Amino acid sequence: MLDRLNQTRRDFLKSSGALVVTFSIAGHLSSAFAEAAAGKTVAPDEVDGFLAIDAKGAVTVYSGKVDLGTGVRTALTQIVAEELDVPMARVSVIQGDTGLTPDQGITWGSLSIQNGGMQLRQAAATARRALLQEAAKRLDTKPDELTVADGTITAKSGKAVSYGELVGGRNFSLKLDKDAPAKDPKSYKLVGTSVTRLDIPDKVTGRFTYMQDFRVPDMLHGRVVRPPAIGATLQSVDESSVRGIAHVRVVREGNFLGVVAKDEWSAIKAMQQLKASWSSWEGLPEQSKLWEHVRATKVNKDEVTSNTGDAAAALGQGAKRLKATYDFAIHTHGSIGPSCAVVEIKDGKLTCWTASQATHNLRKQLAAMLSMPVEDVRAIYIDGSGCYGRNGHEDAAADAALLARAVGRPVRVQWMREDEHGWDPKGPPTLVDLEAALDAKGDVVAWSSQFLIPDAPGLGFVKLVAAELAGLPHETAMAPGNIHQNSAIPYGFPNVSTVARRLAETPFRPSWIRTPGRLQNSFANEAFMDELAAAAGADPLEFRLRYLKDTRGIELLERLAKLAKWERRPSPQHQSGDVVKGRGLSYVKYELVRTYIGAVAEVEVDRKSGAVRVTRFSVVHDCGQVINPDGVKNQIEGNVVQTVSRALKEELTFDRSRVTSLDWKSYPILTFSEVPEVAIELIDRPTEKPWGAGEPSAAVVPSAISNAVFDATGARLRSVPFTPAKVRAAIQGA
Amino acid sequence: MTQSVGMTVNGRWVYLTVDDPDMPLLYALRNDLGLKGPRFGCGLGQCGACTVHVDGEAVRSCSVSVAAVANRKIVTLEALGTPEKPHPVQKAFIDEQAVQCGYCINGMIMQSAAFLAKTKNPSEDQIKEALADNLCRCGTHVRILRAVKRAAANI
Repeated sequence: MLDRLNQTRRDFLKSSGALVVTFSIAGHLSSAFAEAAAGKTVAPDEVDGFLAIDAKGAVTVYSGKVDLGTGVRTALTQIVAEELDVPMARVSVIQGDTGLTPDQGITWGSLSIQNGGMQLRQAAATARRALLQEAAKRLDTKPDELTVADGTITAKSGKAVSYGELVGGRNFSLKLDKDAPAKDPKSYKLVGTSVTRLDIPDKVTGRFTYMQDFRVPDMLHGRVVRPPAIGATLQSVDESSVRGIAHVRVVREGNFLGVVAKDEWSAIKAMQQLKASWSSWEGLPEQSKLWEHVRATKVNKDEVTSNTGDAAAALGQGAKRLKATYDFAIHTHGSIGPSCAVVEIKDGKLTCWTASQATHNLRKQLAAMLSMPVEDVRAIYIDGSGCYGRNGHEDAAADAALLARAVGRPVRVQWMREDEHGWDPKGPPTLVDLEAALDAKGDVVAWSSQFLIPDAPGLGFVKLVAAELAGLPHETAMAPGNIHQNSAIPYGFPNVSTVARRLAETPFRPSWIRTPGRLQNSFANEAFMDELAAAAGADPLEFRLRYLKDTRGIELLERLAKLAKWERRPSPQHQSGDVVKGRGLSYVKYELVRTYIGAVAEVEVDRKSGAVRVTRFSVVHDCGQVINPDGVKNQIEGNVVQTVSRALKEELTFDRSRVTSLDWKSYPILTFSEVPEVAIELIDRPTEKPWGAGEPSAAVVPSAISNAVFDATGARLRSVPFTPAKVRAAIQGA
Repeated sequence: MTQSVGMTVNGRWVYLTVDDPDMPLLYALRNDLGLKGPRFGCGLGQCGACTVHVDGEAVRSCSVSVAAVANRKIVTLEALGTPEKPHPVQKAFIDEQAVQCGYCINGMIMQSAAFLAKTKNPSEDQIKEALADNLCRCGTHVRILRAVKRAAANI
């Protein structure tokens, strides 16, 4: 069906009547490389890079952006089907295959539609124009007298020719033309409609092939034996400790220690039973002193992200001066399915099947680690469990690559739960200092902020654990991309200074987790904005509108006020009783250049226990042209629920040696009884550019909750997560 | 020592030859029988992604051994329904588009189907309670709740 790998699935029924079925296996594995090398261009400026139409008119889309569980495959199919006027059923999408798809950049930053989809739209528009020109010649008419329906071009005479007849199986040999006319949104039939997701029927019936299901012939199962401390040195291994387990091989390379077995359970048992001795290592800071550690870390450089007027001088001249520090805990991605990869190395060529969000980068990283030419490495995307950023998939691939190289057979590495919680790269700890001054009328005269966040030199690669442990070369950098975004603010104050202080180190490999940086930075900004509104005795909505010039932002906030039935009054309310209610507002323009989001959180706070319950979220969302409204709503709901979880509950725990929150008990996430209602209003602007929706609405969540708790209790929460203990302490201090 | 264990899986009697009868059922279903519905999530019985029905009860297949289910009737997501003829719970998940990455959805559906088979017209709180030990990371809860409510009305 969707997945071409499914077509190679073979079911065997033994004569005994017992059911024996093999998994989805790669078809002609040995030709995996030949297939890729067959001459298909992956150039991102060529129509043939993105599109092929066969003789029957079937359209294949080659997308460098991948579906991480967001439904973007369906949306990309809509975009191409719309532009070409073919039914969606005739379009299939190949994603993230370095041998077949152009490098459209990492699938991150809510850019799959905004950038990836628009490249596809342009490729399709270029192809369509060429097809019309060719048809005009054949049908002896002019291109603008032709109509297209169902992949068939028809002239006024009634004569018709199909795409398959025109181009079937041949190359377009055309550069992407930015001037090729895309369809008028008024004529859209698919874009802008809630087409149901293509993957859901297979996913709810157990037919879908996830990365975790993928198998190749002759494959072995691998597991990595993790050191008891992140920087420990492997001193000795007692292979006799696993001798009782059938067909196990121990692989050791530097401090990388793994086991490979014929069956998965044997590999797991060997991983658990293998005795090894390691040196001690205590290079992590004490968790209780994390923020002192962050503050004491060397600053590599200061990046000024906005600078208007003279904030330093103006701060001293206001009638009222406010100062606050916000912090945001270290988070893990918490994918429900731990990371997984299969690697085969054959005839000097490496093929890696992976759920990585960045197959083109992974390809380079694997090549660097194994000192192979990058042309000899192919990384092929297969949908995995949601990753929400760079989780452990790349590391599982590197693990599998080392094991496959050592044993000379294809190896599948499935991370265990403790691997994923313990060893995926983390959302770095973020500390934000803010200061502002109000004049006697309660107007903001100065705003100044500093964001202590890790530096991001180099190429945007997160180190591979396996390369680190094995002492192998790797393309390396601390790499949480773009986490300075949304440090600057959307409000027109006369004096503003915002600075990202780039730290030389951070305790764990830093990564991006949904809405990286924008989440932490917007939490501080929008909660501090609420502090200013309260200090000015102003309604939080009115206060924001006072400083907004952006008409789309203003419209969004006004619609939010209606959706949330916003009562215009200052916060806090003064309530009695143990359980008090409040509402809080937050507004973000993503990266200050794209998607607008406003949200109102409604909360109940138990003042005695400190428990916060988020009862309802109202969100208004303007991402320009909406490709699939239900898809956008699904993403917004996901952003809200996931970020309520992060804001209320989540915090990595660690000792001086390693992560200690290694399961769902020690790193709890939101459960059904804690989930708020979510009301959404989409502002669709069909004639505007489509912007992203995968991340932006997370950015407003922690601040909206913090502001609602302030409204309810008068206590300001400045530290994520908002645990009952912190809430109680804030209430006592208020 | 290898050992044969017999059980009914999705309506067929199967003999599994296993090196270790203590191996969790999940690995037998996925690796020996090639089933993709039950999923490995934690191996600790904490997330629910591996849920199957054993004699009609929702069971965490990562935390029950092959030996413990000898001669029992196992049903996985594959046998609940098909894309062409989905079970009412599966159909409700399609109708509500209650999937993001979908990795947890096996557990959500299997847990809900077992629950709804015994509980007619459940309240929202009862549904939440029934799914209390099923985790979703994408934040699909709002839709999952709608889907289970819809299924409850159609069973």
